[in-house]
Amino acid sequence: MVGLRIALPLAMRRPTRLVQRNMLVYRHSFMVIFSGFFEPLFYLLSMGFGVGALIGDVALGDGRSVPYAVFVAPALLASSAMNGAIYETSNNFFGKLKYAKLYDAIIATPMSLQDVARGEVLWALMRGSLYSIGFLGVVGLLSLVGLGLISSPLAWLAFPSATVVGYAFAGAGMAATTFVRKWRDFDFLQLAIMPMFLFSGTFYPIDAYPAAVQTFVQLTPLYRGVHLIRAFTTGSLDATLLIDLVYLIAMGTVGLAITSRRLGKLLLA
Amino acid sequence: MSETSSASQPQIHARGLTKRFGSFTAVDGIDFDVAPGEAFGFLGPNGAGKTSAMRMIGTVSPVTAGELTIFGLDPARHGARIRSRLGVVPQADTLDNELSVLENLLIYGRYFDLSWAESRRRATELLEFVQLTERANDQVEPLSGGMKRRLVIARALINEPSLLLLDEPTTGLDPQARHLLWDRLYRLKQRGVTLCLTTHYMDEAEQLCDRLVVMDRAKIVAEGSPRELIDRYVTREVLELRFHRPEGETDDSAVLGKKLEGLAERIEQLPDRVLVYATDGEAAAAAAYERGLRPASVLVRRSSLEDVFLRLTGRSLAE
Repeated sequence: MVGLRIALPLAMRRPTRLVQRNMLVYRHSFMVIFSGFFEPLFYLLSMGFGVGALIGDVALGDGRSVPYAVFVAPALLASSAMNGAIYETSNNFFGKLKYAKLYDAIIATPMSLQDVARGEVLWALMRGSLYSIGFLGVVGLLSLVGLGLISSPLAWLAFPSATVVGYAFAGAGMAATTFVRKWRDFDFLQLAIMPMFLFSGTFYPIDAYPAAVQTFVQLTPLYRGVHLIRAFTTGSLDATLLIDLVYLIAMGTVGLAITSRRLGKLLLA
Repeated sequence: MSETSSASQPQIHARGLTKRFGSFTAVDGIDFDVAPGEAFGFLGPNGAGKTSAMRMIGTVSPVTAGELTIFGLDPARHGARIRSRLGVVPQADTLDNELSVLENLLIYGRYFDLSWAESRRRATELLEFVQLTERANDQVEPLSGGMKRRLVIARALINEPSLLLLDEPTTGLDPQARHLLWDRLYRLKQRGVTLCLTTHYMDEAEQLCDRLVVMDRAKIVAEGSPRELIDRYVTREVLELRFHRPEGETDDSAVLGKKLEGLAERIEQLPDRVLVYATDGEAAAAAAYERGLRPASVLVRRSSLEDVFLRLTGRSLAE
């Protein structure tokens, strides 16, 4: 631990101070954190197994067919990573920025605006990862009792992939929040999130759409996230995964850069 | 300029320091230096530019024009290094309401790169210093205004700063809370901490400041110790006269002015009272009686910075 501390430069250590601050806050109300854990699980049970029993098998892009639950589980993981990141970087971040004046106090210390932005994204990722681990744990347990949801030895890569999805939405979500003026503006955010959750190849393959719509859906970030995670859990790998990765990492990074700039405008007047 | 820590080097050095927001000039080319160990104040009414000046010194507001160094460092290039040696008490309490009193200090120490152990050691000590030890594990929200202010001061001291910036430190506090706060600030000064504060209370400026500048409409209009300023701009004593204004009677200030003429070197007619600046207040009061004036109340007092401000700007500070 000591060796690690010396090795890490301040630029990497300072953002973790904000993570520690958030951990102090949630230390008193840890159960709140777990609330986000159940949502994807309930979806998995109702859609995957309930609706799935009516549907039967679904064709993957590579010609194989898998049970509906196997098809939908990775999509729920991706959606949960998105929701976790958005939740933390929209309402929570906005409250701290506009009302709690948390960052006004922090920028009076050696912490920089980049440290603030990175720290909050890191926190959102850690919180999201907790849900991913929980979700994958349940998926693993179900496999043990014979309800196999995983059809690839590379399935463990779904976890880092979910983190990449979280990074993309955390960066973009924070950037968007810096433009928000009042709480009601978040309704517009939901207007973008909800259709993505329903139509991004989450609950059915996108070849149900006309070609033009397919192309459009493929351009949305949740589609890329679902595509990435599903590839690992089903073992259907090809070069298009690189597009997913580059897209999502770029989205998070650009979001972070915009956030730092916007925070400068908002806090350093 | 390279960084040196010689005792003679000013903690803050400003020349022609200017801050503009669009077409509005908040700080208009001010010059000042703050020496190590000094208690320096900006005195002025709301909107005079004090907070803008403080934010520039705190490196959280870019300088529009002019020269500014803190510890000999340029805030635009060495912001983090400057802030690591700075304590900031902002005008509005920016305490972390989601954390307890103690946690507020602990995490603030972490922002300054202190270890948890060191942060805890200092936090415990500081809570003692600001008399909040009993409230260590309480939430911040229910604390009184005075307690919150003391906690903000403790927080600002967690990095053992050599320069403490205080923006309106006692605004909104009751007299008892103010005196406790002044006492703590005085002790810090004894320990060699440089204080730079803004206030629109002249008693605060007189109590705390070795030297101050009077600001009005973005500019510095006078500079000196409280005593010097009083000696330079006003007489030793002030005679305050209040008159009953009979119902229905219109403006009698011209008549009153005639009667008072020549009574003292300077006379100031305010809406509710007349201020007569005289070396000997009692003598001036007697002279007023001789001229047939019958004020409802007569008060002779030592002149204060309030009078200095009135003299310099033609307006009262309190409004």
